[in-house]
Amino acid sequence: MEKIKFVIEKSARIPKLIDALYAKMPEIESARGILVTESYRQTEHLPIILRRSAAFRHILENIPIVIRDGELVVGSATIAPRGCQVFPEYSYEWLEAEFDTVAKRAADPFYISEKTKADLRAVYPYWKGKTCSDLARSNMAPEAYAAFTVHGMFTPGNYFYNGIGHVNVNYKKVLEVGYRGIIAEAQAQLDALKPYCPEYVQRHNFLKAVIESCEAVITYARRYSVLARDMAKREKDPVRREELEQISNICARVPEYPAQNFREACQSFWFVQLLLQIESSGHSISPGRFDQYMYPYYKKDRDEGKITVEQAQELIDCIWVKLNDINKCRDAASADGFAGYGMFQNLIVGGQNVYGMDATNDLSFMCIEASMHVPLPQPSLSIRVWNGSPNDLMIKAAALTRTGIGLPAYYNDEIIIPAIMARGLTLEDARDYCIIGCVEPQKGAKTDGWHDAAFFNMCRPMELVFSRGVDRGVQIGPRTKDVTEMSSFEEFYDAYKEQQSYFIQLLVNANNAIDAAHAVRCPLPFESCMVDDCIGRGKSLQEGGAIYNFTGPQGFGIANNADGLLAVRQLVFEQKKVTMAEFKEALENNFGYGLTGSGAERVTGEIVSSLKERGVKVDENVVRIVYGEVTGAGGLDPKKKARYREIKRLIDETCPKYGNDIYEVDMFARDVGNTYTKEVEKYKNVRGGTFQAGLYPVSANVPLGGQTGATPDGRLAYTPIADGIGPVSGRDVKGPTATANSVAKLEQSVASNGTLLNQKFHPSALAGMEGLTKFVALIRSYFDQKGMHMQFNVVTRETLLDAQKHPEKYKTLVVRVAGYSALFTTLSKGLQDDIIARTQQGF
Amino acid sequence: MVTGRIFNIQRFSIHDGPGIRTIVFFKGCYMRCAWCCNPESQRYEIETLLENGKEKTVGRDVTVEEIMPEIMADVPFYRRSGGGVTLSGGEFLAQYEFARELLSACKDEGLHTAVESTANAPYEHIAAVLPFIDLYLLDIKHMNGEKHKKFTGADNSRILENAKKIARSGTELIIRTPVIPGFNDTYQEIRDISRFAASLPGVKEHHLLPYHRLGQDKYTGLGRDYALDGVQPPTAERMNYLLSVAEESGLKCRIGG
Repeated sequence: MEKIKFVIEKSARIPKLIDALYAKMPEIESARGILVTESYRQTEHLPIILRRSAAFRHILENIPIVIRDGELVVGSATIAPRGCQVFPEYSYEWLEAEFDTVAKRAADPFYISEKTKADLRAVYPYWKGKTCSDLARSNMAPEAYAAFTVHGMFTPGNYFYNGIGHVNVNYKKVLEVGYRGIIAEAQAQLDALKPYCPEYVQRHNFLKAVIESCEAVITYARRYSVLARDMAKREKDPVRREELEQISNICARVPEYPAQNFREACQSFWFVQLLLQIESSGHSISPGRFDQYMYPYYKKDRDEGKITVEQAQELIDCIWVKLNDINKCRDAASADGFAGYGMFQNLIVGGQNVYGMDATNDLSFMCIEASMHVPLPQPSLSIRVWNGSPNDLMIKAAALTRTGIGLPAYYNDEIIIPAIMARGLTLEDARDYCIIGCVEPQKGAKTDGWHDAAFFNMCRPMELVFSRGVDRGVQIGPRTKDVTEMSSFEEFYDAYKEQQSYFIQLLVNANNAIDAAHAVRCPLPFESCMVDDCIGRGKSLQEGGAIYNFTGPQGFGIANNADGLLAVRQLVFEQKKVTMAEFKEALENNFGYGLTGSGAERVTGEIVSSLKERGVKVDENVVRIVYGEVTGAGGLDPKKKARYREIKRLIDETCPKYGNDIYEVDMFARDVGNTYTKEVEKYKNVRGGTFQAGLYPVSANVPLGGQTGATPDGRLAYTPIADGIGPVSGRDVKGPTATANSVAKLEQSVASNGTLLNQKFHPSALAGMEGLTKFVALIRSYFDQKGMHMQFNVVTRETLLDAQKHPEKYKTLVVRVAGYSALFTTLSKGLQDDIIARTQQGF
Repeated sequence: MVTGRIFNIQRFSIHDGPGIRTIVFFKGCYMRCAWCCNPESQRYEIETLLENGKEKTVGRDVTVEEIMPEIMADVPFYRRSGGGVTLSGGEFLAQYEFARELLSACKDEGLHTAVESTANAPYEHIAAVLPFIDLYLLDIKHMNGEKHKKFTGADNSRILENAKKIARSGTELIIRTPVIPGFNDTYQEIRDISRFAASLPGVKEHHLLPYHRLGQDKYTGLGRDYALDGVQPPTAERMNYLLSVAEESGLKCRIGG
């Protein structure tokens, strides 16, 4: 029997670091907000790129610094553990409006002191009209702005309010040459710059900004060196004193100079990772192939006997803890979508190297071990899988999956490499891809991928087919044909495509407007100096300095739309059991299950608008009466109500559903997916690159589902939309192999900005080495069929308890106990309790 | 074409033979084991089961041609995991002609085949299917004929006789024993079964399957009484003890399939 490799005892230091990190609610601090404003006030005469580097320098010279108890790897953005700074240059109004609620909200609360509020109130007036968000808004076509702010057709809010992030920089280069080396490279470019060069101004300013930013980083590290020395002098414990002296020596060397050993490499890495997140508020700053660029330092130290495996593991564990020290406060609505203080720092192990050979090394295993030692959300650990991936690495990964923390995510080289090559990457670059944020592949250190560009809710254009492009009483989409006059399914499907294509065009407008605003208001010289070929081209990432430029908005709702379109085809056009008018009415009345909230307002708006069209004079009183009718206060005709419910029953029980390995159905879902992906890829962004679609919702399928009315697949209004590219929860009843076969039929290679498939498992399915081996076989079989990504929620006791309370959410939860499989929710309470008890015992 | 009566095809089964498997459950059984977790499998007649207040028809007649596509759908998973098809039941031998055709079709496709069976059938029937079986998972529940009959409704002499013949045929054979408190969970009972298993030529493994109550709801749904009402599953401690007893036979033993 094979043993799990690299099971390493956890250092006693690690649990203490974790406990200290989570002792208090995270806090908002004002230092960065004050410093950036001070600097901006003094640099109004300068070009923006130099204002950015001056502000970065001013921040790094003055922001309070701290070394926490027991840390080996140092550098914190805030004094409070897991605290966050603010970035008023991107946007600020939302935080000001939430000053008094941000500590009390349900999702991701932050403490904010009265002093901090006062500090920020003092600087905010400066930013009025000057933010990136302000410019993005004025850049945008009015109809695009309305489509996302008023009508919720898509949400590019992430980059509208915040930095871009979503990048992997050249950590390797910093480790190898230090910032002195990068300064020298920029200086050489400056020296070679001809004064008559037409781009002289842009290049000159950019290179100056790079040098100033790198100098600022060196200054910042030296401040830590001095702090550590001072602390060492006061330290009574001789062991800790020695550690602090080492920290002082290390911070005096890196990241200014090349790292000489593994420990210096760890500290140098951390400064890069931290400072990217002080320069900008963008999240998903992804370390990428950490096991590759860190390996030479580990190998050298091991070969020379300078470090033990345990010592190296402790340093990696320390970095894992630090990755959870970085935090970000989002507005209340976004916090719902990213719940869990998500920072999406994706770190990936394994896979192929640029030569197409397997790249697995000791650190690949030790990174997985680190996530066992530090069971926290960060980093988002991923693993690359290819035909030549060693089985022992897969087993190690499966053992981590079994712990139930939802990591790692598994990625398939065999599909991702050709998919990104089709977007213009070279073979070598494609083989060297990493994952950004949630699931987005890119060649690190050469790409500005704008990966998380927007969520596009594919169910909304479907709603507009029934309303002929009217939303909340306003004609926002094309006036497609009245559904009741359609004579074929093709007409209906075409109307859907027409609505969707129109809103994709508005999405492109919104994304490009925001993109252009970042180039003008928030170019990032520090981030740019570590992505090729910004220094060579003499311009920032935001101005198109990267070799590869993409914009990746992600669509979701394939499963709902595939099921819904098939229901319309079958019930209305083939079997003629339901008329289109009835179908439309059933949707408007939420299949007879009552309307509430925003959906009621929307329908009221539509009715009011059609009244106006017919020349009826509408006052407040009329609106109130209409609203009363819509919310059911007037009462639905019981006969109609029964008919609407019957229509839902026909959809639920007689129409085929995606996810059950039915060839025709799955191929239809593929076509539905392509209506989005193949439309998106037609467009160009402002950095000289193309759009490429992703198919995943992060967790936005829940809040955005909350703004979406009933859909033709029988989904009730305001309930969640299907997750990722998976089937609608509860409708896949044939088990995980059938689901995998169905999902693999989608054309995932066109969704080169990433796809996402979540699967749920009971821990007993992964019991013992035999369970792990079969689990690995399941992943490989999905990947053999060109699946791109897979991740697993191993069901815990808590989940089973929740399943008892809410069986409707867990219809397909399979539990496997001692040779027998059963759907958990079909068992009696007593037997469920038995199984819960067994889960606890780890059977 | 012969038709068979089955009541379920279960994909992604990972506890019934090597790798990821698809199980075809045959309807109808020669025995009536009191602990049976698939009581709906026992009668050959198509019947109605009440599940969560909804009526569900148990049993359908199919041809091999009809069900092969569903079996073949998971070939990528068999290939990666070393899995295949398992015939279970019920007792697949009760429909040996259909089983022979199905197993033969699976072998034509290069699939690994296993059966879960009590071998309580005329040996000619077994001989007819053996050439198409890669792994025979044979239940031996008790060595004492009287006690066997009392709890399963059938004598064990034909089972033991057939076990020897199957072993001699050279087909890979694994002996399995459901461990039922109050029926066969003592030192002597498990020891005797394991000794018998070890005496069979070529048999290397004996698996102990702990009793569980997951089938209990289905008895209610079928309007039948559950004879083992109130019997608790064996503890982990007890199972580990019986495992050590079985291991005295020199066989490779394990808990669970």
